[in-house]
Amino acid sequence: MPDRIMLQVARYRPEQDAGVSFQEYEVPCPKDWVVLDGLNYVKDRMDGTLSYRWSCRMGICGSCGMTVNGEPKLTCATFLADYAPGPVRVEPLRNFPIIRDLVVEIGDFMRKLVSVKPWIVRAKEKPLSEGEYLQTPQAMEEYTQFSMCINCMLCYAACPIYGLDPHFIGPAAIALAQRYNLDGRDEGSRERMEILSQDEGIWGCTFVGECTKVCPKNVDPAGAIQRYKLNAALDSLKAFLVPWGAR
Amino acid sequence: MSDHPVHTAYHPRWIRRRMSTYWWLQRWSYLAFILRELSSIFVAWFVVYLLLLVGAVNQGDAGYREFLQWSASPLVLVFNVMSLGFIVFHAITWFNLAPQAMVVHLGTRRVPGVWVAASNYVAWVLASALVGWVLLM
Repeated sequence: MPDRIMLQVARYRPEQDAGVSFQEYEVPCPKDWVVLDGLNYVKDRMDGTLSYRWSCRMGICGSCGMTVNGEPKLTCATFLADYAPGPVRVEPLRNFPIIRDLVVEIGDFMRKLVSVKPWIVRAKEKPLSEGEYLQTPQAMEEYTQFSMCINCMLCYAACPIYGLDPHFIGPAAIALAQRYNLDGRDEGSRERMEILSQDEGIWGCTFVGECTKVCPKNVDPAGAIQRYKLNAALDSLKAFLVPWGAR
Repeated sequence: MSDHPVHTAYHPRWIRRRMSTYWWLQRWSYLAFILRELSSIFVAWFVVYLLLLVGAVNQGDAGYREFLQWSASPLVLVFNVMSLGFIVFHAITWFNLAPQAMVVHLGTRRVPGVWVAASNYVAWVLASALVGWVLLM
């Protein structure tokens, strides 16, 4: 195994650059170093001007998503040694505007996430004196997979639909909406459907399926969206066949 | 993202990279998706072909023979073989994706995804066997 590896890092300094360029840094490559370790080495010892996001270093915070050799990856979970002998090309996440170097603008995702109300919605809260909302392990199993999302946005970077149409609500927001729809304590599915049944919602998805493949937490947003479509279609059919029964 | 961000010294210019027109050539899964979308044209063609066949049968023996002759022409033959390839691709890729869209429960237990896909293949084989049986009768 080589003891050093070349990083080709995308640079964009808005005060001086007209576009993105690449800068090379040769960093150590011990077998337990991830791409983020390489970037931290650059920042600490070689070039303090490099900008990127990171926080937990353990696949929980979802901050360090970048494009590594063309693939959306969490850089804290992507080992440099897997790319030996290199080079390793590190770019910002695709489909997002670049603010600086490897930092992208995520306001769009944050606004969309809130729009689908990813929290438990109750028509009427019961008083505390009546105790907690109970749930069986089987009921929890229905949505646990979707609750694993860490908002890393790799799915948005992998989604060509979002790249072509930034108005598309996108995989993670829909998967999180589905997480709450499948929660037996929630009563907000109809409110969410009003947002998600629009053109930019579930029907924007054409089932490329790449969001599921790149998800570091095995969330399967593509599955969530298709299930949502099936539910929406069944609801429409029910409303058509039994109009007086529609809620 | 805001469509019209204001750029100031404290809110510098963002860069938005455009997707390449050839984005679908960048990885196999994108190309498979485009081919699957394209295959819908060939599915539609087989529907039209079936209607033409029914129309020819309705016209009697001469009409049916004329249809068979037309179908045996190299151009139609090549197009139909290509259509068959696309339809098989269409069916297999959709059947493999079915478990993602369909969550089936038997009682309180969730049916494994592989069973959902397998049931589609079994239905396909049974339907093909039925058509084959009718043709060979």
